[in-house]
Amino acid sequence: MTLVNWLLQGGQEILGILLAPLLMGWVGIWRAWLQNRQAPPLIQPYRQLFKLFHKEVVIAETASPLLRVTPYLLFGCMGLTASLIPMVITDLPLAGAVDVIALVGLLSLARVFLALAAMDVGTAFGSLGARREMLVSFLAEPALLMVFFTVASLNASTSLRFMVTGFAARGFYLYPSLAFAGVAFLMVLLAENGRIPVDNPETHLELTMIHEAMILEYSGRHLALIEWANALKLLIYFSLGFALFLPFGLTDSLQGWEILRALILFLLKLTVMGAGLAVLETISAKQRLFRVPEYLGTAFLLAVLAILLHYLLGS
Amino acid sequence: MSHWNPAPFAQQLLDLFASLLLLIAFAMLSQRRILTLIHLFAWQGLILTLSIADSAWLTHQPHLYYSAVLTLIIKVLILPLLLHRLIRRLDVVWDVETLINIPTTMLVGIGLVVFSFNLALPIAHFSSTILRNTLGIALASVLLSFMMMITRRKAVPQVIGFLALENGLFLAATSATYGMPMVVELGVALDVLVGMFIFGIFFFQIRETFDSLDIRHMEKLKEE
Repeated sequence: MTLVNWLLQGGQEILGILLAPLLMGWVGIWRAWLQNRQAPPLIQPYRQLFKLFHKEVVIAETASPLLRVTPYLLFGCMGLTASLIPMVITDLPLAGAVDVIALVGLLSLARVFLALAAMDVGTAFGSLGARREMLVSFLAEPALLMVFFTVASLNASTSLRFMVTGFAARGFYLYPSLAFAGVAFLMVLLAENGRIPVDNPETHLELTMIHEAMILEYSGRHLALIEWANALKLLIYFSLGFALFLPFGLTDSLQGWEILRALILFLLKLTVMGAGLAVLETISAKQRLFRVPEYLGTAFLLAVLAILLHYLLGS
Repeated sequence: MSHWNPAPFAQQLLDLFASLLLLIAFAMLSQRRILTLIHLFAWQGLILTLSIADSAWLTHQPHLYYSAVLTLIIKVLILPLLLHRLIRRLDVVWDVETLINIPTTMLVGIGLVVFSFNLALPIAHFSSTILRNTLGIALASVLLSFMMMITRRKAVPQVIGFLALENGLFLAATSATYGMPMVVELGVALDVLVGMFIFGIFFFQIRETFDSLDIRHMEKLKEE
């Protein structure tokens, strides 16, 4: 039984890593359609990764080993995080080992290394991007934690596995606090993945870029790993959102049919939400950087309101 | 989950409406544009209507249906239309107010919510009505509208804050006592309507005297 569990764990890991660029491609296609452009093929991100893996790596003379290590560390962090979230089945050996607070820690470990490596070479853009990234993330993290605390106090557990099964055990119920937390989570998702109200993933305009400014120094396979880790991060946030707010379809049993059904539902949710993300990005405008604290303050407010409402209404 | 006993769906819906009311109170607190403020006020009225109708259905009190209809007519249709006409005649449709530090205001707002939830919890424990959960939310939205009136400088947003305060009071009335007697409700509705007309006249008077709707100028009026 445990062997099957570990096999499924490995399967989910591989699925997550392979699926992540596809999700990026899917969102990209929808963005192109909505902007009346001709869309790139769905497998474009894979081609990009393939191309980058075959290019040689150029590293600045002043770079320390930190710059070399960071891409691997980043990819490792994201890969580990992806294995901790129940995507298809809840009974994963690793999902029970770590709770959501450690998960936030893993994400911020990756972020800290990326920011440090960006400042490593000493170019103006790198440290500019790192500072902006830290500004955004130190405001987004409390909001994310409050969202987690809301869902955790609803289910009396900080383990993702029990959060998912707790909802399934209780059936349909309207939680006002969960709706608030969901909106807050969406806002954090947009901010943390460098999506449009906060950062534009497609531009290299120096006045606005955050994430792109940090990774200007990378090339070749290092850049490929960072891009891949970035795609993986989007997939992680999506499946976190599914686990917390749309947990239907996730299965507890290890029957073949159940797993297949859960897998199809997971892919369906990704398809719909990926398109939804593109729509959301198209209808909203990029904000000035100095408006970002206000935006993330609103997310924090919503999350705090969610937890307060839970204690008032749930009592 | 041994303490888990699900409430009926209408009750869940009521909690959701109350939470949305609170959310709109926060949105009003942080909104800079007067036009959007009026729209938010209309939305708040609509949600109040739905919540009153829901509690009427939940408690089988037919007179609450009348007050829901009254709320719909006055707070969703007449008052926003009046405000719309007023700001068009005053030519302040696109007025943007410079607010002092929105995140700080929000944090103070969260403090108010914590305060009123704490205040409402012991009352709710002794209350026997099934609508008791919403009392804390109603109290919080009253306090938030109050704060909106304090932090605003211009006259029109202050009046909208006053009207939103009345919304919160109405929610408190329906949740604590299943609504007031019909005569009182009619009286309050009429008061709000007449008050709005008087405010409208005041706006023009203020602007004629000071050439601006900024009520800071009124501080000059005090005696030395």
